[in-house]
Amino acid sequence: MDFLVFQYPMITVQACLDGILLGVLFALIAYGMALQWGVMNIINIAQGDLVILGGYIAYFMYLYGIHPAWGVIVAPVIMYFVGIAIYKLVINKVVDRDLFISILATFGISILFMQLMNFAFGADVVLANSGYGTTMLFDSNVVLPNSKIFSAFISILFAACLVIYMKKSKLGRAIRATAQNARAAKILGVDTEKVYAATFGINAALCGVAGALISITFTIHPYMGLPYTIRSFMIVIVAGLGNLPGVAMSGMGLGVFEEFADYILGTEFRIGSVFLLLVLILVYRRFKLSRKREYLK
Amino acid sequence: MNKNNLILYFGILIFGLAAPFLFPAFKVQLSILCVLIVLATTWNIQGGEMGYNSFGNILFYGLGMYLCASVQVGMFFPLAEWTESGGEKTFVHTPTQFFQGMAVGLVVAAIVPTIVAGLIGYSILGLRGHYFAICTLGLGVAAGEISGGIEIIGAGQGFTTPPFPDVGSLEARGEFFYFLSFFTLILTFIAVRSIYSTRFKLILNAIRDNEDKAEAMGIETMKYKIIGWMISAFFCGLAGGIMGGLVGYIDSTDVAFDGREMGVFMVLMAILGGKGTLWGPIIGATIFHIFKEGFWTFFLGWQYVALGVLIVVIVIYFPEGIMGWLREKYPERFGEVVDEKDRKAQVELK
Repeated sequence: MDFLVFQYPMITVQACLDGILLGVLFALIAYGMALQWGVMNIINIAQGDLVILGGYIAYFMYLYGIHPAWGVIVAPVIMYFVGIAIYKLVINKVVDRDLFISILATFGISILFMQLMNFAFGADVVLANSGYGTTMLFDSNVVLPNSKIFSAFISILFAACLVIYMKKSKLGRAIRATAQNARAAKILGVDTEKVYAATFGINAALCGVAGALISITFTIHPYMGLPYTIRSFMIVIVAGLGNLPGVAMSGMGLGVFEEFADYILGTEFRIGSVFLLLVLILVYRRFKLSRKREYLK
Repeated sequence: MNKNNLILYFGILIFGLAAPFLFPAFKVQLSILCVLIVLATTWNIQGGEMGYNSFGNILFYGLGMYLCASVQVGMFFPLAEWTESGGEKTFVHTPTQFFQGMAVGLVVAAIVPTIVAGLIGYSILGLRGHYFAICTLGLGVAAGEISGGIEIIGAGQGFTTPPFPDVGSLEARGEFFYFLSFFTLILTFIAVRSIYSTRFKLILNAIRDNEDKAEAMGIETMKYKIIGWMISAFFCGLAGGIMGGLVGYIDSTDVAFDGREMGVFMVLMAILGGKGTLWGPIIGATIFHIFKEGFWTFFLGWQYVALGVLIVVIVIYFPEGIMGWLREKYPERFGEVVDEKDRKAQVELK
């Protein structure tokens, strides 16, 4: 085969490193999704749009002359309140309903956000230039932008902070208790309504961080939200709920897969291959489980 | 079928046949309404009756659209050169060629998606609940992204369907497409209505209510699920083929595999009218279309914002739809026996 990837081994190294750095970001978004899926049993289709909104916050700071890296601090704070607002307006009415209802409701939120962002920020592909320069490896055969390394580092930092917070703090304990058994938690005096709101807020804040990082490493566009949702959904179903190392590993795996798909199939099939991979993974798991006469739950 | 129903159907038929002459300015809108009703009604077969909420019926719709136009062009002219020249009319269909191509194209557009549904059905329909919903959402978007990369059907720049031939009358195009979509609607209605009066519908309902139990009762659920999905795919493909000719231009993500618009519309219309009823999707589609066309102009540019709000509002406040609401209000009309004493007792308990 005459693909460039196989002819030049350095491109393989490049793709792997790019993929891993990208995958860490995906894992951060997927962690947020796993959190709210586990606690509230809601699949949030608007996840990707929250990411993009976070990205625009960082981009606007960049436009007003503030270094976009500060968006990592500012975006989650704003996004936390956006998340709480979404919860209060919509999610708390669908949280105990049929899952399909919540999927459709969040799909509506997704369309709404997509369009509002399109009006507010225009339909151009934008990126916030961090001016971090690049790192050369292996006789400058492999080029890594420093912003990607920065974003992977920050993602790991935030994920680690959140894990410690969930383990140690009172709210974290309440969230974990609610995830295990909402009813029992209620009986023991946990205000589940508050826990749900906080979970959704934390998820939105994580999306905000990821979005700010994406805006300085890659590009953002109002319509690019849905692929992020699908990626995080895929990572969560591969890893399983509540399996943190699994989320990190499958996130990186997805990142590497995407980079290779990009090189081999061409950039125009990149998003298509992500969606096809989702279908293939679901079908594979369905056949694997059907041997035991079970199905995905 | 009692006398009242017969009068109702007859009235609708007469109205449908006379509509393009009564409202000549709205012919295109009425044709789109017919297509929307077809889509909502067939979505309801597996979404409402079978309980498999699919976001992916857009796959069959888009497939039908591309196939019908490709066959219509490819039967007489080289397809690659047609798409290469874009909208420029290097080749012109004669009326005979156009109608022949359309007829063959529609047959292909209906049959191929049905086969596709049958082939992928075994893999996809083994998923349940939200996994099925997300998987079909992925299928629809993947189809759009991939067809946007295929050169022969126009890739990213789109595909112009054959323009309507000159048959001597300016009104002919609108009337042709209106009657085509109206007869598709009648065909769909007759098919769906006759399906709903058989054991097949009861099996679908059993699958919706408790699939494991249905299987334990000896029903081959997978077979019926696939057949249900194939029926949906058949009519979706047909509707797509007609819509392609009607719009006149096919784009991979904005017209054919438009999961953000048509893919959600069909779900929304069925839910608005009431899932799992015969008339629900029809009423839902009509109200939705009137709302969309009537108010879209007021929200100029804000349509999608309005659409997002509409989805959220419908899903939160009317999950049972109009038919569900009517059923709760007048249960006697739906053939439910209501014991007045019993109902009062229940009200007091609340």
